[in-house]
Amino acid sequence: MLTVKNLHVSRDGSEILRGIDFEVKAGEVHAIMGPNGSGKSTLAQVLAGREGYQVTQGSVQYEGQDLLALQPEERARAGIFLGFQYPVEIPGVSIALFLKTGLNATRKHRGLPELDAMEFLSLVRDKMKLMKMDEAFLTRAINEGFSGGEKKRNEILQMAVLEPRLAILDETDSGLDIDALQVVAGGVNGMRSPQRAIVLVTHYQRLLNYIKPDRVHVLSQGRIVKSGGPELALELEGRGYGWLESELQAV
Amino acid sequence: MNVQQSWQEPDPEHVSLALAGHDVPWVVDARQSAFERFKAHGFPSRREEEWKYTDVSVLSRRASLLPDNIPPDAPSEAALYAWMLSQQNVHLMVFINGHYSPELSCPGNLGPGVRLESFADMLDDAAELPQALFDQQHEHTVFDALNTAFSTDGAVLRLAPGARLEMPVYLLFIASGYGVSIYPRNIVVAGAGAQATVVEHYLGMVDAHNFTDSTTQLELGAGAMIEHCKLLQEGSAAYHLAGIHADLAADSRFISHSFALGSRLARNDITVRLSEPGGHCTLNGLYLLNGRQHADHHTRIDHLAPSCVSREYYRGVLDGESRGVFSGKVTVHPGAVKTDAHQSNHNLLLSREAEVDTKPQLEIFADDVRCTHGATVGQLDDDSLFYLRSRGLDAETARSMLIYGFANEIIERVPVPELRNRIADLVLDRLSQGDSIKELL
Repeated sequence: MLTVKNLHVSRDGSEILRGIDFEVKAGEVHAIMGPNGSGKSTLAQVLAGREGYQVTQGSVQYEGQDLLALQPEERARAGIFLGFQYPVEIPGVSIALFLKTGLNATRKHRGLPELDAMEFLSLVRDKMKLMKMDEAFLTRAINEGFSGGEKKRNEILQMAVLEPRLAILDETDSGLDIDALQVVAGGVNGMRSPQRAIVLVTHYQRLLNYIKPDRVHVLSQGRIVKSGGPELALELEGRGYGWLESELQAV
Repeated sequence: MNVQQSWQEPDPEHVSLALAGHDVPWVVDARQSAFERFKAHGFPSRREEEWKYTDVSVLSRRASLLPDNIPPDAPSEAALYAWMLSQQNVHLMVFINGHYSPELSCPGNLGPGVRLESFADMLDDAAELPQALFDQQHEHTVFDALNTAFSTDGAVLRLAPGARLEMPVYLLFIASGYGVSIYPRNIVVAGAGAQATVVEHYLGMVDAHNFTDSTTQLELGAGAMIEHCKLLQEGSAAYHLAGIHADLAADSRFISHSFALGSRLARNDITVRLSEPGGHCTLNGLYLLNGRQHADHHTRIDHLAPSCVSREYYRGVLDGESRGVFSGKVTVHPGAVKTDAHQSNHNLLLSREAEVDTKPQLEIFADDVRCTHGATVGQLDDDSLFYLRSRGLDAETARSMLIYGFANEIIERVPVPELRNRIADLVLDRLSQGDSIKELL
């Protein structure tokens, strides 16, 4: 589904990603871990099409297309979803309007009929129940005055409504208490399917107690320095990131 | 003929003699002395600090400033109904070029203690209007003086103590014809504890060089609450100059909404006197301009008594070569302790040629007060645009949605649902992808 080859990315002249290679197949859950400043969020942003980064080398193929040639909205319509580490507050625009606009743009692109107000409501109500969200949420302005947990739940709600093929969740666990973490993890697990891939970008292993990844990659200084199964995450939890970096330097 | 001659040398058929109250001596005196004051000053020039950014010199070159003495024909009903709020939800008074049209109006059942009358009728019929409501103390700008000299008609709403109007009073001012000068005068007097909502809707049916000079004065008794909404939707060549002046007694509450969406040039001078303790005023405003439109809001809030609260939320969206002006002055007078004042003015500039001048001013002459203000001028936020696009909205729709959201924060404060929706539609009509957003609202 997603093939990243030798990806180099700079911002304002300094190189942040220095040759990333990995492949995600449909049905898989990957975790990308690494210390602060290793380039995890940059990778997530570049895959979603954030402007301001320069891809200097390498390629990204998504379902046979050159992903990097697509606008952010084209990627979204093609099934890519980015769960933001810091969801943006947009006062004056209700969540209902925002979701409906995004969903109908995506459905149109997929050749599906657009949903009317009633159909949309019944769809979104079901998803909100799963996320233990009150329906009053829909009339609130996007993320305005939301707690950290509400913002993250809102991201997962959007994912559930948009039903992406590839979901990239950037630090979705940060700032969550244990109850909110369980709800969010439940939402993500509910989305797992053989047709869908999920990439979790996270600093801590904690989220992986609830969402079991198929593959774990460790990012350090703009490179994937180690890949492995779920046991790698546990090892990182026990030993920190330090041993990997010193191991690297030894090589 | 200039305005001076026409006033000084009226011929028998002349319009000035046909103005309301022309056979009531004190009314004639009030008009004449107001005109003298106007004449002594003339139209404001840009050398005056308060008019630095707004050029009204073109008005002095008008062929005539006199109002029509005969009301024109009513516009066709279809055109009228396309814009007006539903009659069954309001107490409606329609004015055409400043003249009341009883045929088009429907004040309805107002209930006990509420009187809604034509200003002209009250001046004519044995001068029923209390003299104090038509004197110099209601004059804050030279345009108020000109209005007093020439005001043709308007609405007078009087609420007895405790009277409450459930439905809004809806005053629809239609500019019809070419090159006309229009002088509405509205008066709201709310007794202690009375409550009402008043909507002033200025609608230009044609793109003619019409000139409107309106004055609205409001007196709020102790504990009264008045919500005042003004929607400016004049034709694209129209000049609109207006004064809105409120005086608040103890514990009363005044909420003003000003939407400047249409006209070539608009200037609103809004003044609030918090005369007694416990008064509360909120001034909301939105100007949405394109082409060569110009909108200027000058607000002035005087905290004259202790423990009053004032809030001001003004926003502007400027495209094309338009220009927006906001000047907000808050004065905390000696003795007005425990004043709580906050003012904000945020502007979105959508083109390089658009310009905004924002000038918050605080003058504090009392201790123990809390006063804050903030003003910003900026463009659409890149992070917000990316967030929307990452959910499948194309760039243009994302831009429209952000502008709509920015404006909607002011629009959603409007208490009358139908008016709120009307304004939202007017804003969306201006946005490139507004139609697709409208479908989803």
